[in-house]
Amino acid sequence: MSAGSRGAPAAAGTAPRAPTPVLRDDLRQIAEWVVDGARVLDLGCGDGTLMANLRDSRGARVYGVEIADGSVLECVRRGLSVIQADLESGLRMFPDRMFDTVVLSQTLQAMHQTEAVLREMARVGRQGIVSFPNFGHWRHLLSLLGGRMPVSPQMPYQWYDTPNVHLCTPKDFEVLAARLGLVITGRALLSAGRPVKLWPNLRAKLAVYRFEPA
Amino acid sequence: MRFEQPLELASGARLAGYELRYETYGTLNAARDDAVLICHALNASHHVAGRYTGQPEQVGWWDNMVGPGRPVDTRRFFVIGVNNLGSCFGSTGPMSIDPATGRHYGASFPVVTVEDWVNAQAGLADRLGIERFAAVMGGSLGAMQALSWTIQYPRRIAHCVAIATTPRLSAQNIAFNEVARTAIRSDPDFHGGDYYSRGVVPKSGLRVARMIGHITYLSDDDMAEKFGRSLRTPDYAFGFGAEFEVESYLRHQGDKFSEYFDANTYLLITRALDYFDPARAYGGDLVQALAPAQAHFLLVSFTTDWRFSPARAREIVEALVVNGRQVVYAEIDAPHGHDAFLLNEPRYHRAVAAYFDNIAAELAG
Repeated sequence: MSAGSRGAPAAAGTAPRAPTPVLRDDLRQIAEWVVDGARVLDLGCGDGTLMANLRDSRGARVYGVEIADGSVLECVRRGLSVIQADLESGLRMFPDRMFDTVVLSQTLQAMHQTEAVLREMARVGRQGIVSFPNFGHWRHLLSLLGGRMPVSPQMPYQWYDTPNVHLCTPKDFEVLAARLGLVITGRALLSAGRPVKLWPNLRAKLAVYRFEPA
Repeated sequence: MRFEQPLELASGARLAGYELRYETYGTLNAARDDAVLICHALNASHHVAGRYTGQPEQVGWWDNMVGPGRPVDTRRFFVIGVNNLGSCFGSTGPMSIDPATGRHYGASFPVVTVEDWVNAQAGLADRLGIERFAAVMGGSLGAMQALSWTIQYPRRIAHCVAIATTPRLSAQNIAFNEVARTAIRSDPDFHGGDYYSRGVVPKSGLRVARMIGHITYLSDDDMAEKFGRSLRTPDYAFGFGAEFEVESYLRHQGDKFSEYFDANTYLLITRALDYFDPARAYGGDLVQALAPAQAHFLLVSFTTDWRFSPARAREIVEALVVNGRQVVYAEIDAPHGHDAFLLNEPRYHRAVAAYFDNIAAELAG
């Protein structure tokens, strides 16, 4: 390894942790549902933005699971606890009821084993929180009416290169949750960071759900 | 450094007095809180980094990790390398003279454990005036010592950096060790371990032991890549010389090793590996075993390491999370097997560097 590839000396003189940035809309909702001092598992934690926020603003004891090398490194730089693993093996290693809250933000739609992941979340956590883009947003429907698969800021992929293999609507999720015996204890259908009151199933861009095992 | 205070060993034996050979890099700060202890694995020593004057070929065994501008930057940390008891590089071991008899310890040198080594290292820290290490770090067997520090001296270690390690050897790991030991013990020049006075060295046993070791350090893919089925001869010679490249490699490694390593030390150190199992005292419960630990942890494993596989490292991670410890676990997708911990793998080194950056920032307050 060359000394130049580290960038370490430059980082050494600065603060060890980046200032907590403004949270993505769904992350703000998720943070509201985490109680102070909770033990939290963030699945697919990315660069640790939510984790750093929960640690700094809620005093939460947070662990992240992340597969990408670069994201893991970002978490290390923020001084966060992060476990490099895919979500399935990352979940399997934890005993039942290990965490107060297990978060899966904007990743559910990319899971191959959707049901298994939700069951595992309910096993290791006292409550689960998921967020996902609303496939039923009116713009998406309009796009389908025009004969094309929707591409939007919350789903910025073409049909042939999308990681989103299991897109759904809020109602779809509620049906699945009921079938898995999960009790929904919170629901936020958001657009531009605000709850959508009128026709939320059509107008919300993001759905955030909180649930508990039955 | 000479220690006159006897060391009580896990076996119940005691070492009356002993020598610990160590090396330091950088300078200890005024607060005496920037010390990093580097623990060695099977065949290494206190010579962690750098070169000795006049001996340019004697590069420290972890020189790519420790030094100025390296992940463990000796301009920011005071780094200590220590040779463990039972070894053959200057600390008291089977080659040393037993003051009680005036002869080499040989076979009478007591079996030492990872815990014994850690106790001896703590004695060294006392003498150097280091109350608490900023980090204790090691790979493989060295990482076992770092883990053991968190259990034996939880208040004396702020960070534990454990690379390519396991909470205990598997039956397969022990089996490989036993084959290596059998090779040594059945060498006619071994003489039950008392070969020093006879002026012989059980080289052929050591050679086989090292060859077996090397097979377990490399991955199948790595061997295929490095050697494949390449021949050193133009064609099959229909004999038993070193025709395949891999044979030549193993013979070379074995020969080199048998020139500088001590056979009794090999037996002792592989035994320390076999015995390491902190969960044993708790009915196999690693969570309980690690309960005293207060340190923050960095664990790294390598996907192709089949000697101490990622699954073993994950057991440690799980126990640490259950205990609520702060932990970073990096699982590096690298092709080099167990050996990867000694190599220049950029993702691995970046993770370690970033982790030590944080330690340095903590120290700076």
